[in-house]
Amino acid sequence: MTARETLPILGFLIGAVLVSLFVTSNVVLNFLVFTLILAIAAQGWNLLGGYGGQYSFGHAAFFGMGAYVSAILQQRFGVNAYPAVAFGIAAAAVLGYAIGAMVFRAGLRGSYFALVTLAFAEVLRILANATEITGGAAGLLISLNLGAGNLQFADRSSFLILGAVLLALAMLITLALEKSRLGAQLVAVRENESAAAALGVDILAVKLRAISLSAALTGAAGALYAQYFLYIDSNIAFGTWISVEALLAPIIGGAGTVFGPLIGALILQGLSEGTKLLIGKIPGLDLIIFGVLLILVVRFPLHRIPGLLAARWRGKGAP
Amino acid sequence: MGYPPEILLEAVANGLLMGAVYGLVALGLTLVYGVLHIINFAHGALLTLAMYAAYVAHGAFGLDPYAAMVPLAGLFFVLGYLVQRLVIGPASRGDDSNMLLVTLGLSIIIENAMLAIFRSDTMTLRLPYAMSMVEMGDVLLSLPRLIGFGVTLLVALLLFVLMTRTDTGRAIRAVAKERTGAALVGIDVAHIYAVTFGIGTACLAIAACLLLPSFYVSPRVGNAFVLVAFTIVVLGGMGSVTGALLGGLFIGVVESLSGLYFGDSLGQIGIFLIFILVLLLRPTGLFGARA
Amino acid sequence: MSQIALSRRQALLAAPVLLSAPSIAQAQPRAIKLGIIQPVTGALAQDGEYGRIGAELAIADINAGGGIKALGGVPIEMVFGDARSTPDGGVAEVEKMQAEGVLAIVGGFASPICLAASQAASRYDLPYIVDVGVSDQIVTRGLTNTFRFGPGFGTVTASALDNLVAINDAAGKPSRTAVIVHEDGLFGSGMARLLNAELPKRGFQVLETISHPTPSRDMSNVALRIRALNPDLIIPSSYYAEFVLLSQTLQQRRIRPKGIYCILNGAASNFRFVREFPEAANLVMDCNHWADPRKAKTAELRRRVEAQGRFWLYNVPLNYSAVMLFADALERAGRADRGALIQALAATGAGFDSHIMPYGPTQFVNGQNQGGKPVNTQVQNGDIKVIFPRDFADAQPVYPVTG
Repeated sequence: MTARETLPILGFLIGAVLVSLFVTSNVVLNFLVFTLILAIAAQGWNLLGGYGGQYSFGHAAFFGMGAYVSAILQQRFGVNAYPAVAFGIAAAAVLGYAIGAMVFRAGLRGSYFALVTLAFAEVLRILANATEITGGAAGLLISLNLGAGNLQFADRSSFLILGAVLLALAMLITLALEKSRLGAQLVAVRENESAAAALGVDILAVKLRAISLSAALTGAAGALYAQYFLYIDSNIAFGTWISVEALLAPIIGGAGTVFGPLIGALILQGLSEGTKLLIGKIPGLDLIIFGVLLILVVRFPLHRIPGLLAARWRGKGAP
Repeated sequence: MGYPPEILLEAVANGLLMGAVYGLVALGLTLVYGVLHIINFAHGALLTLAMYAAYVAHGAFGLDPYAAMVPLAGLFFVLGYLVQRLVIGPASRGDDSNMLLVTLGLSIIIENAMLAIFRSDTMTLRLPYAMSMVEMGDVLLSLPRLIGFGVTLLVALLLFVLMTRTDTGRAIRAVAKERTGAALVGIDVAHIYAVTFGIGTACLAIAACLLLPSFYVSPRVGNAFVLVAFTIVVLGGMGSVTGALLGGLFIGVVESLSGLYFGDSLGQIGIFLIFILVLLLRPTGLFGARA
Repeated sequence: MSQIALSRRQALLAAPVLLSAPSIAQAQPRAIKLGIIQPVTGALAQDGEYGRIGAELAIADINAGGGIKALGGVPIEMVFGDARSTPDGGVAEVEKMQAEGVLAIVGGFASPICLAASQAASRYDLPYIVDVGVSDQIVTRGLTNTFRFGPGFGTVTASALDNLVAINDAAGKPSRTAVIVHEDGLFGSGMARLLNAELPKRGFQVLETISHPTPSRDMSNVALRIRALNPDLIIPSSYYAEFVLLSQTLQQRRIRPKGIYCILNGAASNFRFVREFPEAANLVMDCNHWADPRKAKTAELRRRVEAQGRFWLYNVPLNYSAVMLFADALERAGRADRGALIQALAATGAGFDSHIMPYGPTQFVNGQNQGGKPVNTQVQNGDIKVIFPRDFADAQPVYPVTG
């Protein structure tokens, strides 16, 4: 990882700090914080799905684990927010490892992998809805206790910086992975699993490391969600919505790239909020247009426009 | 808690009847998966659309859902064909992850179009026979469910004949097995994809007509059946027609009995655990061979 | 009539305030913006839509009656936001409404949305009036901006139990055993836990507690278990579609307990259910939010809602009343100022009578209206009648249903 490669990430961070300094509209800040949370969750998905080719439909399992563990530790055991969030992330990683150990050992890939992860998330959702410690169906409210020491901020711009720092970290991890031996092996697994195995790659070990790391990142997003909204229940934490958001963003923005999840999350949330702002009268109409735009984005990939323009530019420079 | 035998018997019978309709919903999903190799996210929304269609057919044209079954199946075949040919195919440009996004986009469009048109009210048909029960010894069975069971078996049989005895069926199976090979021998793969999607959608139209007399319609009603349909598809082996039917019956009975003993909430966990175990231990499905 | 008269009196009371603060009076906006948050897409769309109807009707009434008189008759302008059935959707709408400069927010419907949205509003000292959200966590967080006019979970269940005992006693104690059927979400699960603790103390034996998910595909199992247990009472707490399925299945299987006693049920006080399933619905009792049958306004509103081709659901009167509470407090505050409005809301007393709920005198303690109470209704011959409390019931309970 060279300094030049980290430059865009630094640029993103500086941009986020500038936004937090100069944007006063809480509508925009709230939008950006939520988008960053989704982008972090999506970055987690991207590690496993984008680089490793293992399409999970159940990243809600990790998002929810991060959210619930950090919230339960704070609310039920009086643990400070910082270690609680750290434990939440660790718990998500352990869950990722455990699910991976079962699923990858059984040799599940492709649609089978997608469906089994979906099922794990659903089982967790039903359990979280039924057990006592999670607050059951009533959900879990983190007590309002503003202060940096409790990882609760009165202003949304501080959350923006927190989210941006976490996302930048996630991007650095992704970048480091891209350059590492593990990353190369992961891509080899994505491209051709049997060929990778023939070359002596320990497929199971590679996938397990990837899913643990992936789960940790998505778990961090879950913990951040809980910290930001101070309330979670089983449908928020383990619901299919976050599994879908986590996989949509990288696929739209560019799976297997460092900036793909962020770009995808911005496009998706921008479309979603934009249609809502423009068409508010008839319930559902904005989401219909969102659906149409989603299909159009797939048909005519927006995120490739900068790339296409750049290619054209280069094409002109060197005929 | 021990239950008297007639209650257990009735629970099993109910499970079988309900499971048949699950199987029918799963049939469409498994066919599309087996041939196009995509997980169709729009399946639940298409079921919702079909249920509204049956509702409107009754409200606007006075058509009984059972009478609407054949015309709606035809209509939805055409609809499914066109959606695959004009929307999913071109928009996804042959990329699997794109297909997934496109079907997801479709489901958002359909669900919210139903919300915008019909509003959010939960609607039900009032039919004279909806409450009828058939007595079989000690066991009371709902008449609409019994009809649903019979029709599902008939549809499965027709599909089986279609797949094994007709040129279209042979072409579908050829494409499912070897896409490029099929194209080489002159099969129009895009056409076969669309036909398969059309058949899957037609199955949903029939399922909708069978459900409507004893169920309700709302913009999100299809979601209630989608996850269970996925489970059945996995259980029966992805792509297998008989597997889907048997899987449906099996899940129906499991759901019914676990609901009886553990309550309907936790009973749902039973379904997902079976799902996970089958995937881990026997990913080709419990009922063996692919169609 | 009484409503207008009251407003005039309030206008007079507010006059000195206006005189003493002329600069504020001059700065009065041309319309008061009121934020209405409801989930009109997603899983809760049905409730959200009816909540919006209630709020719209109230705003129309206030404006037709001459607007907010203490502010020189300014009208109320609705700023509507769709929470999309999620808490984060609710928070995003609060931010937009804050940017639009609303004076207060009404609505939320589901407890998770109310919890998140009222908390987001508290950052701006933006008054938030919860329309339904029954979770008791809503009013126990110490947020000074949050008010709930309707009863919370604890009050509803306590009343439901008291009323059940009273109805059962009056009929000569025909019921001793009960089966609880509940949806496994916030409403149902908490209810089931409470009922399991409280029913035995009041002489009822709980034979079984059956939970089911939302959405449910089939209620045959629940019906079968009930048939095996043969309870005197069935106590269901479910959303609309599931209760419709349950009551249909019970009717189909000819399971007829001495009473079906619902608590906060999504269907038993819903005219759609009564209209579409008259046999299954007949004689079902419910303890729920319900408009006051003694007030002329109630019947008028019901006519107006039905004229729109919609059914009469409790979301309408609750939201209507919540908006009326806002208007009443604003008249007393005398200026379009959030702090003053919060003070006025907290000081709301028995004088507030433009609402249409059958509540006792309004009095807020920590944001919760102490007068808020549910009532018992029963479906009788295609109509929904209030059967308890007796002092304003418009029908006698038909109980036990079977000899």
